[in-house]
Amino acid sequence: MTAMSKPEFEAMPVEFKLNGKDVVGYGHETIIQTAKRLGVEIPHLCYKEGLRPDGNCRACMVEIKGERVLAPSCCRQPTAGMEVTSDSARAVASQKMVLELLLADMPVERHTLNSELDHWAARLRVGKPRFTARHQPKADLSHFGMAVNLDSCIQCTRCVRACREEQVNDVIGYAFRGEHSKIVFDLDDPMGDSTCVACGECVQACPTGALMPARNAGMVKPDKQVHSVCPYCGVGCQLTYNIKDNRILSVDGRDGPSNHGRLCVKGRYGFDYVTHKQRLTRPLIRKTGVPKRADLEMDPANPLEFFREATWDEALDLVAGKLKQIRDRGGERAGRNALCGFGSAKGSNEEAYLFQKLVRTGFGSNNVDHCTRLCHASSVAALMEGVNSGAVSNQVNDVANAEVVFVIGANPTSNHPVAATWIKNAVKRGATLILADPRRGDLARHAAHYLQFKPDTDVALLNAMMHTIVHEGLVDEDFIRSRTIGYDELKRNVANYSPEAMAPVCGIAAQTIREVARLYAKSKGSMILWGMGISQHVHGTDNARCLIALCMMTGQIGRPGTGLHPLRGQNNVQGASDSGLIPMFYPDYQRVGNDEARARFEKLWGATLDPKPGLTVVEIMDAVHHGTIHGMYIMGENPAMSDPDAHHAREALAKLEHLVVQEIFMTETCYYADVILPATAWPEKTGTVTNTDRMVQLGRQALAAPGDARSDLWIIQEIARRMGLDWNYDGARDVFNEMRKAMNSIAGITWERLDAESCVTYPCEQEGDPGEPVVFIDKFPTPTGRAKLVPADIIPAAEQPDRDFPFVLITGRQLEHWHTGAITRRATVLDAIEPEPVASMHPLDLDAIGARPGDVITVESRRGIISLYARVDDGTPRGAVFIPFCFYEAAANLLTNPALDPFGKIPEFKYCAVKVMRGGELMPRSSYGGGQAMQALVTA
Amino acid sequence: MDAAGNRNRRGKPKGRAVDTTALVEVQALLGDAPRRRDLLIEHLHKIQDRYGRLAAAHIVALAREMQLATTEVYEVATFYHHFDVVREGDATPPALTVRVCDSLSCELAGAQSLLEKLKVTLGPGVRVIPAPCIGRCEQAPAAVVGQNPIAHATVEKVRAQVVAKNVRCAAAKYIGFDEYRRSGGYKVAVECLAGKRDAEDILKAMESSGLRGLGGAGFPAGRKWRILRGERAPRLMAINIDEGEPGTFKDRYYLERDPHRFLEGMIVAAWTAQVSEVYIYLRDEYAGCRAILERELAAMQKNPPCPLPPIHLRRGAGAYICGEESAMIESIEGKRGMPRLRPPYVAQVGLFGYPTLEHNMETLYWVRDILEKGADWFAGQGRHGRQGLRSFSVSGRVNMPGVHLAPAGITVKELIAEYCGGMLPGQKFYAYLPGGASGGILPAGMGDIPLDFDTLQPHGCFIGSAAVIILSDRDKASAAARNLMKFFADESCGQCTPCRVGTAKALNLMQAAKWDQPLLEELSGAMADASICGLGQAAPNPVRCVVKHFAHEIE
Repeated sequence: MTAMSKPEFEAMPVEFKLNGKDVVGYGHETIIQTAKRLGVEIPHLCYKEGLRPDGNCRACMVEIKGERVLAPSCCRQPTAGMEVTSDSARAVASQKMVLELLLADMPVERHTLNSELDHWAARLRVGKPRFTARHQPKADLSHFGMAVNLDSCIQCTRCVRACREEQVNDVIGYAFRGEHSKIVFDLDDPMGDSTCVACGECVQACPTGALMPARNAGMVKPDKQVHSVCPYCGVGCQLTYNIKDNRILSVDGRDGPSNHGRLCVKGRYGFDYVTHKQRLTRPLIRKTGVPKRADLEMDPANPLEFFREATWDEALDLVAGKLKQIRDRGGERAGRNALCGFGSAKGSNEEAYLFQKLVRTGFGSNNVDHCTRLCHASSVAALMEGVNSGAVSNQVNDVANAEVVFVIGANPTSNHPVAATWIKNAVKRGATLILADPRRGDLARHAAHYLQFKPDTDVALLNAMMHTIVHEGLVDEDFIRSRTIGYDELKRNVANYSPEAMAPVCGIAAQTIREVARLYAKSKGSMILWGMGISQHVHGTDNARCLIALCMMTGQIGRPGTGLHPLRGQNNVQGASDSGLIPMFYPDYQRVGNDEARARFEKLWGATLDPKPGLTVVEIMDAVHHGTIHGMYIMGENPAMSDPDAHHAREALAKLEHLVVQEIFMTETCYYADVILPATAWPEKTGTVTNTDRMVQLGRQALAAPGDARSDLWIIQEIARRMGLDWNYDGARDVFNEMRKAMNSIAGITWERLDAESCVTYPCEQEGDPGEPVVFIDKFPTPTGRAKLVPADIIPAAEQPDRDFPFVLITGRQLEHWHTGAITRRATVLDAIEPEPVASMHPLDLDAIGARPGDVITVESRRGIISLYARVDDGTPRGAVFIPFCFYEAAANLLTNPALDPFGKIPEFKYCAVKVMRGGELMPRSSYGGGQAMQALVTA
Repeated sequence: MDAAGNRNRRGKPKGRAVDTTALVEVQALLGDAPRRRDLLIEHLHKIQDRYGRLAAAHIVALAREMQLATTEVYEVATFYHHFDVVREGDATPPALTVRVCDSLSCELAGAQSLLEKLKVTLGPGVRVIPAPCIGRCEQAPAAVVGQNPIAHATVEKVRAQVVAKNVRCAAAKYIGFDEYRRSGGYKVAVECLAGKRDAEDILKAMESSGLRGLGGAGFPAGRKWRILRGERAPRLMAINIDEGEPGTFKDRYYLERDPHRFLEGMIVAAWTAQVSEVYIYLRDEYAGCRAILERELAAMQKNPPCPLPPIHLRRGAGAYICGEESAMIESIEGKRGMPRLRPPYVAQVGLFGYPTLEHNMETLYWVRDILEKGADWFAGQGRHGRQGLRSFSVSGRVNMPGVHLAPAGITVKELIAEYCGGMLPGQKFYAYLPGGASGGILPAGMGDIPLDFDTLQPHGCFIGSAAVIILSDRDKASAAARNLMKFFADESCGQCTPCRVGTAKALNLMQAAKWDQPLLEELSGAMADASICGLGQAAPNPVRCVVKHFAHEIE
């Protein structure tokens, strides 16, 4: 017999008897699945679709003719001719006894409205249990997000499988034995003290309420459920908001293609920022006489100290009037080039599109940019140069098909947690993980090879890998010949980078470099995933060039399970870039300097467009200082916190003649605003976002906006109209339909399909196209159809440690906090878990400066100085300090170096020289953060 | 609750930090041993042996060293009786532990009173705890000082050993490698490996000998080898010496006397079934046997009589359930000993996912004799129409408890009279357990049933590992059943509801003077029908037997 393929096997019909009837099961189905499909109810508790069936609860027992004992229908597959009975007296007796045994140990007070045990007990008419109850354990309420009530636990291990096999966070264990068997966190520690990352998958999996959202949130019945997309990272998890009285009660993971029901702590517990008391609800105009200074401090709880409330008409007229005035006035330093706009990667595609259209057609220049400049601009530059496409070749969960997964310069367990779960699942399935990052994070434990290379030495490491591949004959000659250009020059270049020569440079043994190079090159499929450890350097583009070259020279692209994936940061940074929120590109990466492209947009928009690329984020701040930019419109970005050398950026903001900020909170950027326009949070609007996988997904409005806050689309349109543009968009759908005309990549996606399917992957050029999860299968979208290989040489970081500033500062993010913290530090649970600014250091370095864990330390660069708490972390390399940039009390970007990558114009957030001292004065906490919201909740 | 920083998160990442000192200690203990997951239990033993406990800091350090999550280490450590996990704030166990066996045979011999007396007399430096069957039922009551077993233990005997700090198992005389070889040992194995014997002939001999698995399940050994040969390579072999069924001590008996007879059988089986690696799983209670096996394996490997497959000796850690074939496999893989669901069977998907030949030690012990003396020699033994020999572990109220090699099919009355020197003076045969804790309880009036595989099933009983415990007119079957149910409740792995909750609830019901018979019967039915493995399925056997044959005791 020849082997059957998996799909063939799964489609194989199996005829068997179920409760006396002839039925047909399929090869992949268990008995319970066939029964369920046919409407035959079998009780079950430990079985949950999506989790590996474990067969431990024994509620689903069925009788199989000829077998000595009953069989669990969740684990048994039917075979031809099998006679299965789920409703015989014998089977039912066991089913009911199992339910009765478990019911006997339930507490009187339930912790959920939806106990599956109660459901099945009622269905099978199990009466009052006849057994005495066990000794009940105490509740564990140590976690801010979840309550652990093991008095309701039935030991079904759904939480264990959710934590270990699905999310692979490996926090929950099943300890002890017999009737003492217990669900534990780490070493039976309180959940709040454990390594729990609060993804909440266990809560979602628990059938009996033993694990629930904290503070009885699960005991309230929602009055509606709205399907949407997570507002945080680029993974783009689909979720469901449970709403009651215009408040979000809780969030459930939804079965979207990028998350399949999984969420992380931000998506699941970071939702109540929308109802934070500091939401902006009225337009605000700066009071006359309030100065603008870079060091200005305000209390976000009390904006009326510096601003006065205004009507929308007054505010919008003022905004449009001032912008028009600057645009239209003469003089060398005025005119259309004196205006600029920062859009947002947190908003929808439609908002991004309208925003850039406003800047291009209303302001009259291409001075429009957003935070992509701060995250993957260099990756995009290298990708555009190499393959003329800025997006990923394969989706994250395609790692399921990879033999080798190479993650470099990324910390996905913190920054793309659900993406990390796919990687960990792949490792469990047998894939080899190679992880290269100067900071050892949680993923390192899963890596076959963890390369803790020296910060700033990416090119050395990658060139040495390529050297190995060239010299050991591991290149894919066919692929190089037929699909690439520039290989010879690359080959010549990497000749100088032997692993032996590079080992002392990057700190990785030559043998290891060779070994991982071989693994990568020889595997049937190798996926590269990278993050900002690659991009945020002055050589970020070179780093990405190396990755592209590595991939091309081995032909590791164009198939499932092999390719390139820059992990995009924001929920819509891919979409915002696609939609043209970039100074050098119109939507769909059509160059502003390209006459054909410009003609297309001039025709579509009925306007004359500037052929000159605009300024980028950091360039704009410099231009303000140079007096060439006077007016700025910022929608949902916080450059006062996110720009490098933040003091310099704040000075620029303060220097502006007119600054309009459209926001939901009084951010640090708002301190410098002339007008603040209160906008909507993500759950308050409908629109599309595009995730890191090129999936265009629909978010649906779940809540009404608070007070007089208005939808962002409405605000943009009102400004446009007041600046003389005749815009009449009737909501997001209307805008999206125009975008389809501007962007071939999404031309085939209809709003109706999005509404029906919630997600469509692009490229989708014709209506009905399925969308392409894997691209570059037989050619690249370059004029020649070939990829361009670009060699790179070592360029050191712009600022090296020296005697005065001996440490390297690495900035980044934390699992619980998003970007500049404006949202997450106002989300009660997230803020409570990580309330304070911390700097991570190696224990020996901490010793060396005489500080202990938890002490206040002071970190100073040539540009600024901050004080914060020291956190000991032996995953931080020696000689480095890691600081997340989300804390206003200790804004890491006051220290960072604004040196730019020449191609991507991305600043070097990942490397600058600092000194670290024990002690210092903490900046006083403002009216949010520091666990204040949780404190208020608990006190109330 | 102070919401800000109340969980002391400021200074460290989530969870417990790795303690540098503990990490260095663990690294030193592990040396250059591989950090593979399947060695987790071995590594935990190293720490327990060295420090007398598993401190939280060592668990965290071991997890880091082995690239495991801390809970993966913790859940394994807390599963096994012989690991003392000590978290911060927990009392550290005293340096010396005295275990008093409180399984049925020892309880009949006064284990409970010994336990109580030792607790008050040995003082604070010694921990006295009850232990499930330690496989010395013929020496009841038995106790263990550290790893030093005390036969017919009394307070005085135990105290003397404690005072003298004799905590190691004394070595007894046995047939060593050289002696075994001199007397013709390994000839069969050498012939096999040299190609002088035909595998098919061996398979046929094994099949016609009628030798069945002597761990309890009784699967024909020859057929098992043939099945394995037909499975895909690589194939593994796992040998079960987790002899934990209360009343059973035959494996220990043979290992303490003639270990190479077993090892030769193992080599022949591995060759015939085309097995590439062999794992021997030995219960931790048998420290003496471990010393013998370590020594003799080394002697054999140093001077191999024939090419040997890689042989791994693995140490259990105190868990009856690991005698269940799939639980043992889990334990060898370094996990909690939780039985697997079948199908698939271990012959198809076993150790590390490979087809696995699993055998009880004694089954292999007879291979050489069968191949030397011929299949007919073995098949020719037997009584009352049964075939073969059985090694009965007899304990309880008889004059000569011990391992008695007797014809299969012998009745218990014949066994007592012919092999055990009759009942103890002044005691009358009342009841017997034909197959350890799981095999049920029968009254003396049913003492004429041939003891063998398949003969006891009609009576709701089975012979299992042939552990026969004799009760007299001084004993109560209901009390015995309670002892057994307590044992099952303690030893349930905790995986499936009918066993985890069922054994506990059944024990509770059995504490009453008058048993709720209908409810116990309903519960027994579900346990027997719906439990994952033999433990839960057989746990109601004693209950049902008492209800059926000894109703007068519980009404």
